[in-house]
Amino acid sequence: MGEHEVKRIEAPLLAKTVNALRAGMRVAISGTLLTARDAAHKRLVETVERGETLPVDLKRQVLYYTGPSPAPLGLVIGSAGPTTSGRMDPFTPKLLALGVRGMIGKGQRSPEVVEAIKNYRAVYFVAIGGAGALLSQHIVASQVLAYPELGPEAIRRLEVEDFPAIVVIDCRGGNLYERGLQEWKGRASAPGPG
Amino acid sequence: MRKVEAAKIIDAVEEMCMRAAVELPAAVEYMLRQGRQQEQSPLGQTILSDILRNAEIARRKRLPICQDTGTAALWVQFGQQVQIVGGELEQAINEGVRRGYERGYLRKSIVRDPLRRENTGDNTPAAIHYEIVPGTTLRLRLLPKGGGCENMSRMAFLRPGEGVEAVKSFVLETVEAAGANPCPPVVVGVGIGGTADQATWLAKRALFRDLRDKHPDPFYADLEQQLLRLINNTGIGPQGLGGTVTALAVKVETWPCHITALPVAVCLNCHAARAAEVSL
Repeated sequence: MGEHEVKRIEAPLLAKTVNALRAGMRVAISGTLLTARDAAHKRLVETVERGETLPVDLKRQVLYYTGPSPAPLGLVIGSAGPTTSGRMDPFTPKLLALGVRGMIGKGQRSPEVVEAIKNYRAVYFVAIGGAGALLSQHIVASQVLAYPELGPEAIRRLEVEDFPAIVVIDCRGGNLYERGLQEWKGRASAPGPG
Repeated sequence: MRKVEAAKIIDAVEEMCMRAAVELPAAVEYMLRQGRQQEQSPLGQTILSDILRNAEIARRKRLPICQDTGTAALWVQFGQQVQIVGGELEQAINEGVRRGYERGYLRKSIVRDPLRRENTGDNTPAAIHYEIVPGTTLRLRLLPKGGGCENMSRMAFLRPGEGVEAVKSFVLETVEAAGANPCPPVVVGVGIGGTADQATWLAKRALFRDLRDKHPDPFYADLEQQLLRLINNTGIGPQGLGGTVTALAVKVETWPCHITALPVAVCLNCHAARAAEVSL
């Protein structure tokens, strides 16, 4: 299939789904995602380090780095776009070791995370940062699973339908950020919009 | 003296917070359309189309353009003939923020203390800059500023002898180091001159400008265009996934400075460059 067609996939992720994904592919994800950002990552890792049981099962799960805005009356969620993934980097290899297989965020990952993505055969997706209204249209249910006291940083289970994302780091280490820069550096013919 | 009721300030700030979160300024949308035409990467074009579609959904459904509805950054231009009655200015502004973020279903993203990090629960306090100006008008300018782009800000003291080339390198390095994180295509605010605090404020203040305007000084209008060209040739592109539109606009603000110094600050804004203003 061509790079700019959209591949429909299911989450949680099967190994064969992950294996078929390549950096640069556009995907539409249906199924379940778990939200987790800074504070939830810290708590999850601290819980494991204390030898305690996690409040959620992470096996095959896709973590979505988002802190949604409050749901207006009658809606399941407010605006819900990705936050910067790099802040989760110190915790990510540990969560991959616990079974996480996919992450949705925005921005570069550390070399340690890229290595861990290869080792655990996982995948890093990017959703469009700053498009939280559009992305929320693909979320059909939302339920707080853990850490409600963290407000927008609580862990939620989201049911999604055709949630749009782009494969940026695949399980072989293919990296669209690196490829994009190489491909497009020095090619602007106009100075820019402004 | 011209009297302005504190209650009017509360209402105005509340209304601005709610409007800015869901209505992208026309100038930003215009630049995104220009960018959509200029972008050469097919994936970049798709991303810019989605960003424009997002703005339309947000406006129509009154949903925040981005879930990070930001720090409420306010630039208050206070006419010195104005007298506030029935309350205090800063309290009124913060009350407006509190009400706007609650009524607008906007995210509360402010922690009370930078190290102990307990959420204030109402997105206050606002980050307020006051400027005393001549006249009888109180002008309130709001820039709800997302965390992802603000985190990529940088400030440095360069050598005066290295001049404009050093400034260009610093701006370019800042944008390249930020990469995908500030949600490109970005708006680049550059502050040159003043003292450390002034340069940083100039960079932020530059982001309040209309994206379509042109610097009144031809030297700086040219510098803005040079910087824009350099940034759009980095290859970063929309969302950092490769392309030829990394910045929508570059805005430079300057101030006199000490003979030993060449301070430069860069403050980035994401493509969701939200803003609102009101004059009372």
